[in-house]
Order: sequence, then C-alpha cells, then structure tokens
Amino acid sequence: MLVAAWAAPWLKFVLTIALAKGIAALGILLLLRAGQVSFGHALYVGLGAYTVAFLAPAMPELLLLLPLAALAAAALGLVVGLFVARYREIFFGMLNLALSMVFWSVLEKFYAITKGTDGIRVEVPRVAGAALQGETYEWTVFGIALALAFGFAAFARAYLASPMGQALAGIKTRETRLEFMGIGARRVLLAAYVLSALMAGCAGALIAMTTRHVTPLLAYWTASGELVFIAILGGAGGVLGPFLGAVTYELVRIYAAAIIADAWQAILGAVLLLVILFAPGGLWGMIAGLFRRRAAPATRGTMP
Amino acid sequence: MSALLEARGLRLAFGGVRAADGIDLEVLRGEFLAIIGPNGAGKTTFINMTTGYLRPHSGSIAYEGRTITGLSPRTIVRRGIARSFQLPQLFTEHTVMENAALAIAAREGMWSPLVPLLRPHWREEAMALLERFGLAALAEARADALNEGARKLADIAMAVALRPRLLLMDEPTSGVAASEKMGIVETLVRVLRDAQVTAVFVEHDMDVVERFADRVAVWSQGRIVALGPPAQVLVDPAVQREVIGIERHA
Repeated sequence: MLVAAWAAPWLKFVLTIALAKGIAALGILLLLRAGQVSFGHALYVGLGAYTVAFLAPAMPELLLLLPLAALAAAALGLVVGLFVARYREIFFGMLNLALSMVFWSVLEKFYAITKGTDGIRVEVPRVAGAALQGETYEWTVFGIALALAFGFAAFARAYLASPMGQALAGIKTRETRLEFMGIGARRVLLAAYVLSALMAGCAGALIAMTTRHVTPLLAYWTASGELVFIAILGGAGGVLGPFLGAVTYELVRIYAAAIIADAWQAILGAVLLLVILFAPGGLWGMIAGLFRRRAAPATRGTMP
Repeated sequence: MSALLEARGLRLAFGGVRAADGIDLEVLRGEFLAIIGPNGAGKTTFINMTTGYLRPHSGSIAYEGRTITGLSPRTIVRRGIARSFQLPQLFTEHTVMENAALAIAAREGMWSPLVPLLRPHWREEAMALLERFGLAALAEARADALNEGARKLADIAMAVALRPRLLLMDEPTSGVAASEKMGIVETLVRVLRDAQVTAVFVEHDMDVVERFADRVAVWSQGRIVALGPPAQVLVDPAVQREVIGIERHA
C-alpha cells in the first residue's frame, strides 16, 4: 500500500480515504459478528468529520482533533446504543438509519451553524505543533491513517477472540442462552456498538482532514450503505477484510466512473453481486481460501 | 434436609390453559427431584417461572430464604440457579470447548476485551469439565455437528460450569437414543453428586426416575397431584392411571 501511494501520488489520497472507510467498516464488522447490520453508521462518520470542522479553527492540532472526534462519536454511540442495543435485525438496522437521517437533516437544514449543503472548509491543522504543507501533510495523514488502521485491526482481532467478542457471536446464535448464563446480551452488543461508533468517528476525522471539506453527504444513508457494502465485499471473516474491501471499493469506483461516468454504481453492484454469489466470505475469505488450498498439499507432503 | 427452594401458590395461565394452578413445592438441599406428568401439565412452566423466564400471575418463589419472584433470568442465575433445556441451547457456531469456556467466562467475569476466551486456565477448566461429561474427544467439534446425546450433555455441562447450587433440567434424556440413555444419566448423577448440586429434572422415562430420583413430583393440569419417594408414588394406582399410563402409550 505504501509502495502504491509512493508510485502514484494521486493514489495516496484515494488510499487514505480507503483506510478511513476501512476503519469504519471494521466497526460494522464487529456488529456483523452479532448478526446485526447498521444502516446508519455514517452518523458517526459525519459527527467525527464535523467535530474536526467545528473545532479546527479554535484548536488547529491534528493530534487533539482526531481523538476528540473519536470520543465525541463514542459518546454519542453510547447514548444511541443504550437505545438501539435493545433491538435486533431489521429494527436495529432501521433505527440506526432513522437516527442517521435525523442527524443528516440537522446538518443540512441548520444553515446558520452548519452551512448546509455548502459544507465547511477545513484548514490544514498542525501536527504535533508543526505546520506542515502540501505533500508532507498528505503523507502524514496517510501515515496516521495507516497506523490507526493497523492499530484498530489488531485491537479488533484481540477483541473478537476475547469473551466479549465471542459472546457477540453468541448473540447471533443463542441470545437467550447468554441471559441464562448471567451475561447481559445488551451490554455485550452495547460495548461493540460504542467501539464501532468510535472507529467511525475516527474515520470521519481522517476523511475531514484528507478532503478538507465536510458536507452533510458524509452522514447520508448512502454513505452508511457504503460501509456495509465495504464490510461485505471485504468479508466479515477477518479483520483485514474491511480494508481489502475499502481499497477495492474505492478503486473500482474510480475506474468505473472513468469508463462509464453514469453507470459506475451498476458496476459496483455487479461486483458485490459476484462476491455474494461466488465468494460469500468476501474478498478476504477468497484469499484465505487460496492460502489454505496452497498450504494443504504441503502438509500432506510432510507426512511420513 | 432444609428447603433450598420454596414455591408457594404459583399461578399462571396462558389464555384458558392453567399451566400453574396453585403450585406449592419445596426442593430440599442436596436431593434429586424428578418431575413427571403428561405433556401440557405445566412442568416446563415451573422451570420457566423458577428461572425468571416467566413471571407467575400470583404466588412466590424463595431461594435460600430470599424471594426471587419476578427477577430476571440473569439475576437469578447469578444467585445460583442454573438450567438446561429440552432443546439444547448451544452456541452453534462455536466449538464445544468454546461453549464451555463461555459459560466459565459468564461465571468468572467476561469484561476483558483483550484477553482471549481460551486463556490457559479457562481452557484447562473447560477441558476438565468436558472430561467429566465424557465429551473431551468432541472438544474441538462445532456444537452443531454433535448428535443429540452429546448436545444434551454439552448443554448441561454449560449449566454446571456456572457452579450452581440448584440445577433445573428440562428432559435431560429426551431425544437421546435408548442405548445411550442410562449412560448419560449415570454420568450426570456422578457429576452432580460430586459438585454437590441439588437437581430438579423433568423426566418421561420411569426407569430413570425410579433409579435416580430421591423424590418425585407428579404434575397434572398445573397442579402437583402426588409427591414422595419413587417407590411409593409410582405404584399409586391413580398416578399409574393418570400419568404413567399416558407416558407408556406416548
């Protein structure tokens, strides 16, 4: 990824956005483990982005803005989560969607504060006190996005193997059993939900710092759908799936838009259809499968 | 022996069906109490009320002298009452080992986001538990790949992992092949005696009841119509006609 970004400078922008969306999709993956799909996580992406946009003039420091945006999203995630973690499946999905659309309309209608659909321009923040320009700034944000992606992926991996993560999968198969063992299923889901909101907030902050312009579109329902799309495209089986999905998504989108400007969604749709039909484990599942197949003959060879 | 659980005047109706019509029952510390009776007599309803899944319309349930009526299943299990299910409730996408470890985590505290579920001492405990239940060879098998007998045992093993003082088992041997049945019950009795668990179990097989129950309670239309040692209750002509007769034909 580093090599690609270095070889083609325009790719650096695309890859930074892809890493950010991958982080948000990783949060979606946590919820998918519990069998729950949120169609409203753009709410937290939007909140993270607008937090940066609002605070940047007063506090132009990336290393403060980023955690603040993540914390703001986590705090809202806790409040919303207390409510939505009581619901499952279609109700969970739709409630998230509804709340994100409320947030979207607030961003769009309160022009005096949010500048409506015009959006807000984000000035280049300092990084650890240093005023960075152009290329250097872009590389720095890219590096931070990459580091965060690795950090969150490692964390999510450990989390999913922990009792909290394993209980998440238990919500999907036998939620009542959890209760009869004394585990609060809602609390298990709430913890994952807050975590997913935090990741989405982080993603929003990275997007705001990369595109340097935030609009309500970030919180629109299609943006939420995009995150679910990425999570499924990449595959819910492993924590690298969302990143693979995000990079593929962004690249397909760019090339598809270049080839047929008006029909790029159709191409994306066809790609997702192919993945669902022929690789239900997503791109990551496909690759992991290839590795297993290659490893299998080798182990057979070493047997006496 | 003193009473561990005391139910008084439990009533609950579903529509017109009286699933509990004035249930009074004491479960004595350390005993194995069998519940028998025809389908629809309210046996499972009693378990559901005791574990907090259903709330009686009236009456009360006390456990170790404190009332537990109306508490949530989660609170009740934390007080020391666990249950197993007629249809085993396993986490089907997990292995048997992971199922057992999740129950251990439920008991020991599971809010550690970075330490793996299968940490060494939980893995050891889970393995020891599965060994006692004769499930060690299936530890790495996915729960949905087990046969009915193993599923039943795994389901009960998860309840035992919670270290309850009272265990309620809903038909621990139903759906199990006849050839496996006695072996399973023997395993259960040995494990539960070792762990000093008081047990209440719904059972349709009179041979099992006769051999393993200290007392038997006969349910019929939401009431307890007979209660006492199996040798005494099972020979009662009214019980034989009303309950066992139906069982034998079923």
